[in-house]
Amino acid sequence: MDTLDLSRIQFAANITFHILFPAISIGLAWFLVFFKVRAGLARSAYDADLWMRCYRFWVKVFALTFALGVVSGITMSFQFGTNWPGFMERVGNIAGPLLGYEVLTAFFMEATFLGVMLFGMQRVPPWVHTFATVCVAVGTTLSAFWIIALNSWMHTPTGFYIEDRVLFPASWWDIVFNPSMPYRLVHVMLASGLTACFVVAGLSAYIILQGDGTAAPRTALRGAVILAAILAPAQIFSGDLHGLNTLEHQPAKIAAMEGLWETQKGVPFVLIGWPDEEAAENRWAITIPNAASLVLTHDPEGEIRGLADFEHTPPVAPVFFAFRIMLAMGFGMLLLALVALWKIVWRRRYDVWLMRTFVSMTFSGWVATLAGWYVTEIGRQPFLVTGVLTTAEAVTDQPAENVAFSLTVYLLVYSFLLVSYISSLFYLARQSADLETTPGLWTGPSPQPVAAQG
Amino acid sequence: MEFDPDHVLPLLFAGLMAFAFFLYAILDGYDLGVGLLLPLGEEGERDTMIASIGPFWDANETWLVLGVGILLIAFPQAHSTVLSEFYLPVLVLLIGLILRGVAFDFRAKVALEHKRRWDGFFFLGSLLASLSQGYMLGLYVLGFDSGGWVQLFALLSAICVTSAYAFIGGAWLIMKTSHQLQLRVVAWVRRSLWLMMLGIAAVSVVNPLVSPQIFEKWFSLPEAIILLPIPILCGVALLGVNYFLGHYPTMEQSGEDAVRRGDWLPFACAVLVFALSFQGLAYSFYPYVVPFETTIWEAAAATESLAFVSVGVVLVFPVILAYTLMSYRVFWGKATDLKYY
Repeated sequence: MDTLDLSRIQFAANITFHILFPAISIGLAWFLVFFKVRAGLARSAYDADLWMRCYRFWVKVFALTFALGVVSGITMSFQFGTNWPGFMERVGNIAGPLLGYEVLTAFFMEATFLGVMLFGMQRVPPWVHTFATVCVAVGTTLSAFWIIALNSWMHTPTGFYIEDRVLFPASWWDIVFNPSMPYRLVHVMLASGLTACFVVAGLSAYIILQGDGTAAPRTALRGAVILAAILAPAQIFSGDLHGLNTLEHQPAKIAAMEGLWETQKGVPFVLIGWPDEEAAENRWAITIPNAASLVLTHDPEGEIRGLADFEHTPPVAPVFFAFRIMLAMGFGMLLLALVALWKIVWRRRYDVWLMRTFVSMTFSGWVATLAGWYVTEIGRQPFLVTGVLTTAEAVTDQPAENVAFSLTVYLLVYSFLLVSYISSLFYLARQSADLETTPGLWTGPSPQPVAAQG
Repeated sequence: MEFDPDHVLPLLFAGLMAFAFFLYAILDGYDLGVGLLLPLGEEGERDTMIASIGPFWDANETWLVLGVGILLIAFPQAHSTVLSEFYLPVLVLLIGLILRGVAFDFRAKVALEHKRRWDGFFFLGSLLASLSQGYMLGLYVLGFDSGGWVQLFALLSAICVTSAYAFIGGAWLIMKTSHQLQLRVVAWVRRSLWLMMLGIAAVSVVNPLVSPQIFEKWFSLPEAIILLPIPILCGVALLGVNYFLGHYPTMEQSGEDAVRRGDWLPFACAVLVFALSFQGLAYSFYPYVVPFETTIWEAAAATESLAFVSVGVVLVFPVILAYTLMSYRVFWGKATDLKYY
């Protein structure tokens, strides 16, 4: 493999690993705000204790997730320079300020208030601690805003002019609020909310399965189920709007997602099949007649442009399959949320099979998020910035051995960390369950008195 | 005088970048230093050592992201050149920062029998990050020359930056801890002090020797006289700290108040020495961002872009400084009673 392929794999590996953690922490930060506010507003000591138990368990998960997100994110800011010098040289005037605003408005805020949130509970008044929790949540969300603005601009660039091959900003408003930005931002934020819901639900179900008979994990589980039942349909709706936006601005990506080779009317939706790029056809396809036209043009006979119509097209198979994985995951999450809404929230029954299903779906949000991310990023190829800069133009001239070496190191470290992360979450859950069920170990809501220091 | 944004904005951002890297060196310097000293602590002491940096490390590391971010925003050409030159050391730095950052959280969450392993990663990560930063500084100072002796100098620089971090980390711990642990730290710090002095001396001697431009800057009159306070002050501060630490155990025995009053001194001196060294480097290399190749104006991004970001800087920077100060105020005092949730 050459430097380009290796650099692409390396960047994909880095961003795949990185996005796992913000995907949870952005949503989870707002869960923490919710728990903290409910504890603050609680009328009885019992309720306050209940919500604080939720908070105390999930803040640990948050801290670990956040730390992994921070360190894997730092890698990205260096890799623009080490592996994609062409990106900074050609579009640095636009990408730089957006990243700069992310650092200035988000990174410092979340990092500083995280310190207060994690270590300051006994050092600041309760409202300051709640304020710090809100600041962390706002910080993570602002961070998503800026990075999604930049990413969306790479998909649908507007508001710039080109001089001597270098891009210059013409209107920052058009750059930040480029055509795909609002749709992508909503889609990503909902994805993060859903990912967090299923992590909260999955681990809470795991704690319940461990024999924990207390109210805290049940309360968290119910909250997550209710939220998921709201967010999942909203996400499907926002995905539809996002798709229409993509059809308008990046029709080749839609053609790849649908596996549509020739421009035609009354396009069927390919449920599953094998897109064969050589033969330009789908093998063994099972289709729903007219469904794609209906969804994308709101007319069963509507016309959609096929891949043959475009000069530049992305690789079809990865986009095609990733899209279907995302859809399957999304509808699976919706189904589970609705069943659980009935079973758990309405009837208050915590059946073992349902708990097991939630445990197995703990990281379903990751699968859906990654699949969706691959659809949109691979779907933009061969461009790095649509119509302006190709991925091949931006790559470094580092020798391939260097990139192969760094890629190997990253993969080793990332696999190790991912395994450690997941096993730590379940260890924390078991530990929390043990505390709740072993008499005498739980010290109650108030922290233990601190030994006086001389 | 006329205000020329094409001239002023790159200058402003160069200053801001230097400020970010300087704060990074001090702030994450003490975090990394604590990581380097960690294996020397006893089992129970390690929790205190780590608690002393717990509320700060993440924000401290963000100054590096800001520094590299400004390099990327304001000087995109230089960002590409510098980071391409540093491909492998940057990899080592990132792996180090990753290990350090996650070990922090994992060690507090895993089963007791795995805790030692994460302490090991915490040390290893801090070591890799410190060494790679020193190594890159060495290469940068010599203008990315290649050759055996350049590598040798870079290695020396790596060791000395690592000891400088151990020194400032130790000074931080003297301020943040007490009793047995504090006295042990005093002994560690005295050892790292000598290596750091060697490093500062080495860079100060080698730099003007390899570069006639730098020689010119420091040793022509009247600059030489104006600049003389920098090395003198540096030497006085270091020898003063050494003297102070030599007498510290006796002071501790004689009564607590005396100790209380002086335990911030080593850290203050460390900051002073870092500031002077930084000032020296900045003076040597100004106005280059890639040494002797690209000036800050040649590498600068479009003025429109810099103007857009400077609005954010003016609005947000004071806020960042304000809540950073707030955070230090909240966690003022000894770290022994910090409790982590």
